[in-house]
Amino acid sequence: MALSEPSVTDTMGGGFANPPRDAAIAFRAALDVMARPGVIREITGGHPPLPLSPAAGSLLLVLCDPETRVYLSPSCDTDAVRAWLRFHTGAPLVAADKADFAIGPWDQLCPDLARMRQGVQDYPDRSVTLIVEMDHLAAEGVRLTGPGIKAEAFLNLPETTAFVANARRFPLGFDTFFTSDSQIAALPRSTSIEGAS
Amino acid sequence: MSNLSENLERQARLSTMAQAPADRLIALCKSAGVKVPHSVLRAPEIGTVMVRGRAGAVGAAFNLGEMTVTRASVRLNDCSAVGHGYVQGRSHEAAIYAALVDALCQTDQGSALMASVIIPLQEEKAAHEGARGARAAGTKVEFFTMVRGE
Amino acid sequence: MYVAVKGGERAIDAAHEWLADERRGAPDVAELSISQIREQLSLAVNRVMAEGSLYDPDLAALAIKQARGDMIEAIFLIRAYRTTLPRFGVSAPIDTGAMRCDRRISATFKDLPGGQILGPTFDYTHRLLDFALMADGAVSPEVKEGGPTDAVPLPHVTEFLDREGLLQPEPEDNTPPRDLTREPLDFPADRPLKLQALARGDEGFVLSMAYSTQRGYARNHPFVGELRIGRVAVSMDIPELGFAIDLGEITVSECETVNQFTGSKTEPPQFTRGYGLVFGQSERKAISMALVDRALRWEELGEDNVGAPAQDAEFVLSHSDNVQATGFLEHIKLPHYVDFQSELELIRRLRAEAMMASTGPREAAE
Repeated sequence: MALSEPSVTDTMGGGFANPPRDAAIAFRAALDVMARPGVIREITGGHPPLPLSPAAGSLLLVLCDPETRVYLSPSCDTDAVRAWLRFHTGAPLVAADKADFAIGPWDQLCPDLARMRQGVQDYPDRSVTLIVEMDHLAAEGVRLTGPGIKAEAFLNLPETTAFVANARRFPLGFDTFFTSDSQIAALPRSTSIEGAS
Repeated sequence: MSNLSENLERQARLSTMAQAPADRLIALCKSAGVKVPHSVLRAPEIGTVMVRGRAGAVGAAFNLGEMTVTRASVRLNDCSAVGHGYVQGRSHEAAIYAALVDALCQTDQGSALMASVIIPLQEEKAAHEGARGARAAGTKVEFFTMVRGE
Repeated sequence: MYVAVKGGERAIDAAHEWLADERRGAPDVAELSISQIREQLSLAVNRVMAEGSLYDPDLAALAIKQARGDMIEAIFLIRAYRTTLPRFGVSAPIDTGAMRCDRRISATFKDLPGGQILGPTFDYTHRLLDFALMADGAVSPEVKEGGPTDAVPLPHVTEFLDREGLLQPEPEDNTPPRDLTREPLDFPADRPLKLQALARGDEGFVLSMAYSTQRGYARNHPFVGELRIGRVAVSMDIPELGFAIDLGEITVSECETVNQFTGSKTEPPQFTRGYGLVFGQSERKAISMALVDRALRWEELGEDNVGAPAQDAEFVLSHSDNVQATGFLEHIKLPHYVDFQSELELIRRLRAEAMMASTGPREAAE
C-alpha cells in the first residue's frame, strides 16, 4: 500500500505514516524534553494544516484521543485544524477553562491562563498542559534549574513572570511544551526559573 | 457531505460491513477485486468502543463494558474518493477492505459492489437471523388452560 | 542478595517452562483450539468477557486457554490487554427493546405479548451427567423449528406496568456517566457507577450479595419481571462521517425485577425496579445484579438502612472486583522478607524482655 505525500491543507492526510513506530518515537521526544527541561529535540511525523507546526501536530497526535479535551487559540481555531484533529485524534474541542491541552502562540494563551485548570491539592495532575507555538527555540535566555537538570539549562521563554509564578504554585500549576517547526522543548512546573542572563 | 439518501446508503453499507464476520467480508471483497491502488489515510488500528446501557433499559446511561473495533481510512488514487472502514473485532484486513468498499461505492463501481459484497452480506445475516429466530420460536411456550369437568 | 536474584531468574524460567507444559497437558491428547473453546465453552467465554469488561469472544477464549481454565486469571489477562488499546469513543446506549431474543421469560405475566421463549436453557434439564457426551463424535439432535417468527421487537414487560403508573418511572438521562476504568472509584457513587461496577463484578460475589437479600438481609421482594437474552446492535457516532453507524452486534443478558414497595414519605405505594445487564448469556449474573442494584437503591427510595451488607455501597463496590481482590490477596505470598525480619526482631525482643521479667526474681532467689 503506497503512501502518497499528504499536503498540509488536507484534513484527512497528515497522520503518522506508521502509527505504532512514529507515535513511539514522537512520544519518546515529548518524554525526553519534559524530563530534561531546556533540552530541544526534533519531533516529526505529523503534518497538520497551517498554522500548526509539524512539531505541535506530531505532539497532538501522540497525546490526544477522544478523552482529552483540547482548546485551540483563536489563530489555530480554523476549520481545517478542527477537522484534522477530529479525524486523527477524535479529541473534543472545548473552551479554555475545560481544556487538558491548550494550543496556540503565547500572546493568545496568556490572557486565558488564569481560567485554565491548575489542578487541585488531591489531584495536581488535573491541570492543563500548554503547547506554545514559537518562532524559534534556542538554549538561551532564562536560567533553569531543578529536577531533570544536572547543573543548569537555558531556554528562550516567551515571558518570565507567568512561569516564575507557576513554579511557585507547585504542586499545582500547568506544564508547558514549546514547539517551533519540527522542534520541541518543555518546561514542567517543577523547574525553577531565574531572570534572563 | 452529500445529501440525505447518500448518507443513508453509506450508513447501511458501513453498518453491514462492520457487523459481518471478518472472513466473509474479506472473501467477498477478494472475489470482487476490491483491492485497487490507494493511499492509507489512517492505518488499520485496533481499539475499543465503550458500550453503554441504560438503567432499567430506558433511564440513566451507564458504562457496560468495551468491545473491540478495528478501523482504517483510505483514499483511492484514481479519483481521490475517501473511504472509512469500521469492523467489529480485530481484523486489520477487514477494516481496510471495508474502507476500500466504502470509497469504491462513491464511484461508478458502487452498484456492482453492492451486488457482489453488501447484498450478499445482508442476505447471509438475514438467513442467520431467520434460522435463529425460528429456533427461538420453537421454544415458545404454548399454555393450555385446564378446564375442570369437561 | 545478588546470587539470590540470579537464582530466582533461572527458577522463574524453569517454572514458566513447566507451566507451559502443564497448560498443554498430555501431548498425546489433541490440543484445544480457540474456536473450540469459543464454541463449546461459550458460557465460560461469556463470563470472561463480562468480568474482563471487553466483548471479544476470540480473545476471551484465548485467555481461558492460556489461563488453563482459571477464570479469574483469564479475566486478568483480558483486563491487561484492554489497557493497551486506544478507545475510539462511546456507543449510544444499546436499545434492548430492539433485541433479537434467544430467550425471553417473565415470572410476572404468563401471557405477555410475544410470548415466553425458553431459549437454550438448563432450567428443565435433569442435572444428570450425560455420558453420551463422553463418547467421541456425539451427533447433534435434529433441529426443530417453530416456523417463522414475527419480526416485530418484543416489548419490555415493565412498559405495561409503566403505562398504568404502577411502576416507579425511570426517566431518560443522557448525562455522560462516570467511568470506573478511567477514574478511581469514589463515594458517594451514583447509580450508573454502581451498575458499571456490578456489570464487571465477580459473578460469585454478586450472586452471594443477591442471595443475602433473599435470605433476609435487606429483603426487597423481587419478581423477575423479565429476563431476556439476545443480540443488540451497537451504534456510535462517527465524527468524520457526521452520522452514526452500527459498529457490531453483541449478545447481552438483561434482567428487570419488579419489587414490592410500600411507599415512603414522598412516594405513593408502587412497584420499584432493579436492573441487571451483562455481556453474553449470563442470566444468573443478570438476576443477581438486578437484586443488588435494588438493594443499593434504599437511600434514593427513602427506605430504611437495616445495616445489611447488600445495602452498603462502599462495601459492595469496593469488594466486587475479582481482579482487584485477587491482586491484593495474592500479593501476600510474595517476598516480605524485610517486613517479617522486623516482626521477628520485635517478637524476640519482647519475649526476651518477658523472660527477663519472669526469670529475673527467680535467679535472684537461687
